[in-house]
Amino acid sequence: VTLATLILLGLIVFTALWTVQTTLLRAAIGLAFVSVVLTLLMFEMGAPLAAVFELSVCAGLITVIFVSTISLTKRQKPVEAAASLRSHARRFRPAVIFAAAAALPLLLGKPLLDGISHPPPALETVREVLWGARRMDLLGQLVMIFVGVFGVVILFREEKKKEAGR
Amino acid sequence: VLFPSPFWSGHVAIHPGFDPYTFFLSDFPVDDLARVMFLATGLVGLCATMVARSTLSDSDIRFRFANVMLLSLAGLNGLVLVRDLMGLYVFLEIVSVSSFVLIALERGRAAFEGAFKYFVLSAVATSMILAGLGLLFIVAGNTSFDAVKAAMGATGANPLATAALVLFVAGLAVKAGLVPFHGWLPDAYSSAPPAVSVLLAGIITKATGVYTLIRLVNDVFPKAPHVHMILLVVGLASILVGALAALGQRDLKRMLAYSSISQVGYIVLGLAAGPGLGLAGAIFHLFNHAVFKSLLFVNSAAVEKQSGTRDMDALGGISSRMPVTGTTSVMALLSTAGIPPFSGFWSKLLIIIGVWKAGHPGFASAAVLASVVTLAYFLSMQRRVFFGKLAPSCEGLKEADGWNLAPALLLAAVTLGLGLCAPWLYQTFLAFLLPTGSFL
Repeated sequence: VTLATLILLGLIVFTALWTVQTTLLRAAIGLAFVSVVLTLLMFEMGAPLAAVFELSVCAGLITVIFVSTISLTKRQKPVEAAASLRSHARRFRPAVIFAAAAALPLLLGKPLLDGISHPPPALETVREVLWGARRMDLLGQLVMIFVGVFGVVILFREEKKKEAGR
Repeated sequence: VLFPSPFWSGHVAIHPGFDPYTFFLSDFPVDDLARVMFLATGLVGLCATMVARSTLSDSDIRFRFANVMLLSLAGLNGLVLVRDLMGLYVFLEIVSVSSFVLIALERGRAAFEGAFKYFVLSAVATSMILAGLGLLFIVAGNTSFDAVKAAMGATGANPLATAALVLFVAGLAVKAGLVPFHGWLPDAYSSAPPAVSVLLAGIITKATGVYTLIRLVNDVFPKAPHVHMILLVVGLASILVGALAALGQRDLKRMLAYSSISQVGYIVLGLAAGPGLGLAGAIFHLFNHAVFKSLLFVNSAAVEKQSGTRDMDALGGISSRMPVTGTTSVMALLSTAGIPPFSGFWSKLLIIIGVWKAGHPGFASAAVLASVVTLAYFLSMQRRVFFGKLAPSCEGLKEADGWNLAPALLLAAVTLGLGLCAPWLYQTFLAFLLPTGSFL
């Protein structure tokens, strides 16, 4: 059992725990925590560049967007919250099927990987990776973040303003 | 982008030695399929903008619509340009997220419900696509189309590669609204604002689900026989389920949504027939569907705005009050049902011949029979909404304004023009797909 395996197991347990949270804010902070653990895993597996991005974008920027969005929503009424809590467990039933399907390749294990080998990637600088190999993706991700933030402003901020006006 | 390199080199002389095509598009291999998609995206985007001018009365909402639509179009164009699975995934997500915002633009319970259903099923599709992408990265060591294609050829029937393929195709089937993953589509189309419905039905689901499926099945997984059989079954199931469900609808937009599922089934059936006539028909039907389905949604926007309802049983005889909308609606339905001389006839003909020639006469026959059902539900719609005795509630009805009529006339002209010029179009734009000595 390597350190990477232990971190991976921890990651799965934490992800499951934060996913079933009933409070959005806790779930968002939990997601940031999971991103930090994933960063450790990436460092351990020799991918420092991916780890830095995971930490800055997923644990940082995405959490800020989530928390900002949650701050623009209102709390459920006690009756709604009670009803929501009753159906909470039921919502996660399909997750068992997805988890089993995702675990299948892991359980089948190594034989599937036989005959598949790739030469180690050439060492590249951050600049080469971002502006050379992944230029189009980078542009797409910038647009993606912009769409997300713009969508939050359109759908939540205006509604909050209206309610404040009332 | 629409015209190939020789056109620019021959006609544009800004500066000696300056080739605008190479300057702007050197990184992106734009082929004929990409040009068809750019044209469809631009055309539907233009029509949706005009419909928004007519149907979104609040200028703030119009402003937001225009901004999010432009971001969505950026995502669609990026989707068509990329030749890398990771890039494809990123641009798919841009289109999906902008679609959630567009559907919920006017807020309200129905809008949020439609957006939420799309959001949930889209998240499931994303998970499948991302899992497939991860597995393909393990198999190929890279995510470019060329590398994955080479790896798929080299590894043959590796279960990991097969699992990746199935996950990817299933994810795209959700995005395309194919049976059995079609649950979100009628709610999303019917609860969105009219201009967004035009955009969703005309291009968004076609590009995110169907175009990507065509691109991947041809350029990345061309030697996967099981995929072709799965697509045949899914295509035919979509044709039949969509057509039969459309028969029982009262809401005009829901009926058009189910019709969309059925027509996408034809495109998938053509794709499953493989290269040649079937694929040429699939690409042409993809474009035709963008045109005639946008036209039907433009007309439904006009009817809803003028009469205040989409309930077909509450309408009747409005063709006498809205003659242009009624006439263009007849043209769109005839094209959808595959009646000559409209463009839908040619694309359906090619698909059916392609499927027959590929050795699937049963599937081809069923597709022909389903076309009769298509004609039946559209004639029923036309009779209930436009023909017959004028409903008392529609006495004071007036023809739609110019912002609605202009896109309707434009799209009607395109579907008629494409039908009349079809053989020339094939020789010019789709010749690369047709086998030598083809009857066209």
